Amino acid sequence: MMNHETAKRSLMTSKRAKDNLVVASIYLILILTAIFVIYPVVWIVLGSMNPGNTLFSSAFIPKGLTLDHYRALLGETDYLIWYKNTMFIATMNMILSTFLIVTSAYAFSRFRFPGRTKSLMAMLVLQMFPGFMGMIAIYILLLQLNMLDNHWGLILVYAGGSIPFGTWLVKGYFDGLPRSLEEAARIDGATNTTIFFRVIMPLSIPIVTFIAVSNFIGPWMDFIFARLVLRSNENKTLAIGLFEMVMGRGNTEFTMFAAGAVLVAIPITLLFLFLQKYIIEGLKAGANKG
Amino acid sequence: MSPQMMTTDAKNPVLYRAVISAILSALFMGLGQLYNRQFMKGILYAALECLVIIVWYKPLIKGIWGLYTLGEQPQVRGARGKIAEQGDHSIFLMIEGVIALLLILVIFIIYIRNIMDAYQTSKKIEQGQKPKTFSESLQNAWDNGYAYILLTPAFFFTLFLTILPLLFGILIAFTNYASPILPPLKLVDWVGFQTFINLFKMEIWSNTFFGVLWWTIIWSILATISTFFVGLFYAVIINHPRIRYKRLWRTVFILPWAIPQFISILIFRNIFNGQFGPLNQYLTKIGFDPIPWLSDPMWAKTALVTVNIWFGFPFWMALMSGVLTGIDRDMYEAAEVDGASGWQKFWKISYPLVMFATAPLLIMGFAGNFNNFNMIYLFTQGGPTNISYSYAGSTDILISWIYKLTLEQNQFNMASVVSILIFVIVAIFSIYNFRKTRAFKEEDMIS
Repeated sequence: MMNHETAKRSLMTSKRAKDNLVVASIYLILILTAIFVIYPVVWIVLGSMNPGNTLFSSAFIPKGLTLDHYRALLGETDYLIWYKNTMFIATMNMILSTFLIVTSAYAFSRFRFPGRTKSLMAMLVLQMFPGFMGMIAIYILLLQLNMLDNHWGLILVYAGGSIPFGTWLVKGYFDGLPRSLEEAARIDGATNTTIFFRVIMPLSIPIVTFIAVSNFIGPWMDFIFARLVLRSNENKTLAIGLFEMVMGRGNTEFTMFAAGAVLVAIPITLLFLFLQKYIIEGLKAGANKG
Repeated sequence: MSPQMMTTDAKNPVLYRAVISAILSALFMGLGQLYNRQFMKGILYAALECLVIIVWYKPLIKGIWGLYTLGEQPQVRGARGKIAEQGDHSIFLMIEGVIALLLILVIFIIYIRNIMDAYQTSKKIEQGQKPKTFSESLQNAWDNGYAYILLTPAFFFTLFLTILPLLFGILIAFTNYASPILPPLKLVDWVGFQTFINLFKMEIWSNTFFGVLWWTIIWSILATISTFFVGLFYAVIINHPRIRYKRLWRTVFILPWAIPQFISILIFRNIFNGQFGPLNQYLTKIGFDPIPWLSDPMWAKTALVTVNIWFGFPFWMALMSGVLTGIDRDMYEAAEVDGASGWQKFWKISYPLVMFATAPLLIMGFAGNFNNFNMIYLFTQGGPTNISYSYAGSTDILISWIYKLTLEQNQFNMASVVSILIFVIVAIFSIYNFRKTRAFKEEDMIS
């Protein structure tokens, strides 16, 4: 009897010991991973405050910290102009794209009209083409319209490209909203426009947030079209400006790049972390809609 | 006129009148409407036809001519590059031709509608209904056409910024538009499927194409699978009941996803820099030889996949954490009562549920990596160079190869051909995914 008890107890303790081991190793893995995840971030922040200009002279534990690179970046380069350009393009693209996507998604979700299914299928096909297949044509079109090296040209390109995918996504969300509320509103004499603003929009804040945020963040990241459309230094966006800093002449502007990178990353990262719930939901919905 | 007569009369007058108005409208837009006494509408239709005949006729014909011939007179330059004769620019002619074709299509649709409208209205008049007045028609259009009005802006954006460029891109594949045949000095010609044949038959092209395609597929599979399972691993271990500060860990690990990607890729490009990068500095300090990260094909590929895990796992982790926390704890407790080990609980409960919720997204991830231009171009620019390839480096995937063909090498026709092939591949995946998710929706494993 006693024997049995001790055996059971020792089994329990061995199980507990094993469990402790598992928990300990998990913590170890988590801490190591956290170091790997955070290392590039710390490295670039320290790099931006390192005395000296080149990548080579940039030590992980710097001899001293300086804000010179930030001063140089803001004072001597066109960085602030690029920042302003990117902000303008991103905001305008957000407004225009969201408007275009939401209106067309509402039409596809709530109205039945000739050509509806065909247009939906057409959009499904359109979003499968590689985005810059039309690059040459867009270039020539903008050239003809005299909109090369013009922010509005770029905004139009972004907004046009966001429609097919976005419309499918938002349409799928609208389809899931109950129709009873709208019908009630219609009986009360509400017009289509009123229903859209008073009934549909308040219920669609998550998906509209997702569309707005992803169209706002897009221009901060895009490299291809910005490089195609924008030519002159004072019209550049941050992505091109920073890329050229790293490419240019053997990384002699590395610390300046680091400072620029930090200043871009902070607001975008915060925005992302703040809205991550919407972003994850939106991406999930997008994948399930094809 | 009674309905009886309508059906008995052989020379059905209702139909007769309707046919006349339809023929009138077919002869000249708006005539049928005038015949039906819908003056405002008729005048508008007629005005449109006048506009087409008088003003647009010439540009439309010229557009079609340009699309067909792609120009007949190349630019002639005199001494010191002075332009002696402007000549035809094949590519501009082609774009104008496509626009003309789209316009003709729109006009044709309006023309058909005009005939149908005349026909229908006459029929109604003969049946004793009053034709709609112009303002009634407008009201009617506002009510019934609300969807069309909503769609108009998006339609024009898509038409001119997506469809038109795509049509043009497809057309380019059937021409010889590639350096050195560049307008305005030379004229481009239609060559049919020649470029497609070249891609598969000419060794310099087929070598590059199949080499790059092979790496694109390997890359997409490795990049997707690795991030998926690393994400799963972290989601599961953070979800362990005895781990504390779960939210903190998740927030830390989501950072790589939150930081703008082009910035972190450029940062990693510096970290992996073969000469000055910190990674090689550390390696030499602890006694290893520096590794040629970006100048050796194999190491460059390894570095790409590794760095991609850093970028990609947070997305899956966040997604799977959501699924894991949503699983009913009772399921685990029931399993414990039955004596299941932690391992068994994972494989029998967590794993199938996570897979069920996230597997459809794997296809999307695959398609995304297939066209992951930023990762490849910003990290290695496709390099190191590969001498057996034409215009591509060892780590180039199809999309970055196209970019180089277009913007750096002016090989427009080949770039278009490869784009069309990419489309076919991605389309197959997307259609498969689409049908699969439909099927998924009908199940109700997770309600």
